Amino acid sequence: MANWHRLANPTLFLEWSRRVRPWTGVATAALLATGVYLSLFVAPRDYQQGDAVRIMFVHVPSAWMALFAYAVMAVASAAGLIWKSPLAHLTAKAAAPIGASFTLLALATGALWGQPMWGTWWVWDARLTSVLILFFLYLGYIALWQAIDDHARAAKSAAILALVGVVNIPIIKFSVDWWNTLHQPASVLRMDGPSIHSSLLTPLLVMGAAFAGYFVVVLSIRLEREVLARQVRTLRRVQSRG
Amino acid sequence: MTVFLRIVVRDVRLAFGQGGATVLAVVFFLLTVTLFPLGIGPETGVLRRIAPGVIWVAALLAAMLSLDRLFQADLEDGSLDQLALVPLPLELVAAAKCLAHWISTGLPMLAVSPLLGVLLGLNGEAYGGLLLAMAAGTPSLSLMGGIGAALTVSVRRGGVLLSLLVLPLCVPVLVFGTGAVDSAIAGLEGGAHLPALAAILAAALPLAPWAIAGALRLNLE
Amino acid sequence: MSLIGLNLTCARGDTIVFTGFDFDIARGGIVVARGANGSGKTSLLRLAAGYLAPSVGEIRRDGTSIADDPERHRTSLHYVGHLDAVKPALSVAENLAFWSDVLTANAGTSPRPSVGQALDRMGLAGLADMPARYLSAGQRRRLALARLVASSRPLWLLDEPTASLDAAGMETLIDLVAHHRSSGGMVLAAVHGPFAIDDAVTIRLGESRADGTS
Repeated sequence: MANWHRLANPTLFLEWSRRVRPWTGVATAALLATGVYLSLFVAPRDYQQGDAVRIMFVHVPSAWMALFAYAVMAVASAAGLIWKSPLAHLTAKAAAPIGASFTLLALATGALWGQPMWGTWWVWDARLTSVLILFFLYLGYIALWQAIDDHARAAKSAAILALVGVVNIPIIKFSVDWWNTLHQPASVLRMDGPSIHSSLLTPLLVMGAAFAGYFVVVLSIRLEREVLARQVRTLRRVQSRG
Repeated sequence: MTVFLRIVVRDVRLAFGQGGATVLAVVFFLLTVTLFPLGIGPETGVLRRIAPGVIWVAALLAAMLSLDRLFQADLEDGSLDQLALVPLPLELVAAAKCLAHWISTGLPMLAVSPLLGVLLGLNGEAYGGLLLAMAAGTPSLSLMGGIGAALTVSVRRGGVLLSLLVLPLCVPVLVFGTGAVDSAIAGLEGGAHLPALAAILAAALPLAPWAIAGALRLNLE
Repeated sequence: MSLIGLNLTCARGDTIVFTGFDFDIARGGIVVARGANGSGKTSLLRLAAGYLAPSVGEIRRDGTSIADDPERHRTSLHYVGHLDAVKPALSVAENLAFWSDVLTANAGTSPRPSVGQALDRMGLAGLADMPARYLSAGQRRRLALARLVASSRPLWLLDEPTASLDAAGMETLIDLVAHHRSSGGMVLAAVHGPFAIDDAVTIRLGESRADGTS
């Protein structure tokens, strides 16, 4: 009996996530199609950047999602520590690789954009540097989960790391901005101008919504897998003791 | 308070003793810095330009190297179980161990850093800035490194993981630490770098022991 | 003075080690836990020390749950586990002096035996200045047990205290326990082999284990 009450909550989640996911999936696909259409065919070419400006419609939402996923991870970690909820810990675990992927996408698209704009794949621009460090924070979080054998201890250790990270991110961001202004005069083209025209803003927001939808869908798939893996582990233990 | 000091003194003694972390960390610090002229070339102008950054990066790496065993040794020989029974909250035990780590590695590195300044051709005005920056920045390395050491305490060969966890968190210390030396070279008195380092230390001082104690409790179970 | 465990369930990871377990130690009492390897003797002691929280049930010290006043509980117990907490680089006396200093809550309020006396009691007097790295396993265990003498705490939690002790060491340990109990102390010990204390209450772990699948 003792094992079952701990599964009750995740079981409810499985039911709920399976019911909601098709709708989220359809909405995400529709948003993505609209977003791609707007970005490629409706948004005007930039008089300075040419078609390369369209990279921004992937780059900027990726960067948003990179931060958003970390926030989800940190909130889930805090919830896991406070309410001792395995589901919250698993949510944080499931969000990390998605966040890391968005971070990598932001870095890659940044480099692709930088090549025509700055004439080089990588520039130690403040934003790119911050995103790179964020990527390392994700890697550390994922590596810590994998390094600790005991699942419960891995969950709590990783949660502490996520919270330490979320406290540090603003400080890191601030220090990198500082470092950048110190070492680089502001001659570099900024990725986004001071004001964005609405013809650019609309596709950006649509793409942002599509990415957020994608995040929710993938998170629920990954979380479902984590929950099932946990149930298998529990059943195996119970079985092995007869 | 006496318990706190007793823990600090014991850890410092162990670190300075045979097989302790101090000598290794200082030698590693010196060696790493020596490699830069060999890799880059002996041109004084270039070396002088990169000296602050090189010294800080080497200090960061040396700190990581010595943090590896900060809590692991105590976990493996059962001392951690006993430290959890002393009449002092585990947070303060953690703070005592971080302070001991700073005294046994941060302080010696601070002491030899002027020598490295000489090797890299730093100007005369820069030394005061270098010492001040090291004094304000290295305690934060011990505290934030302590978090990584506590999180990886049960991981065999956790040194690389420790660096992966802690180095990104140390970026602000590196930026402001180097900035402080640079502004000293430029002859700018004060500047915002030292206050920034002090602010980081002020934030790490209460938060790091809390995180460390939380991570260590997981390993008492 | 009492230590009571009520309806304890201990989980490690996703595994239930034992459920529905009770124990009761009164002033001057001793409870000896016995059971096969893996039956949860160490887990029981770590629960009693407060290192580990029970999934179900509670442990009461003098009527209050230890979860409500962990500070008082953890500063008034000795835990001697499999690991001896001995630093090889320090001398035997330095090792003991350190633990004696930091484990004694209010130094000065009650007279405590000197480190020399405690070492003498454990038959280590001649080794006081020797670096602890040269100690044998049995001598290290004696040094760990010397903590019980050097710092006075009312509750002793002993996990296989007889491991690697010779006959003389065993006798000393039994003497120590008797003396501790006569002054009102409590002992909870997990023992595998012989442990000649006549009036000890023996509890067995791992025999009526609840079936997790039912």
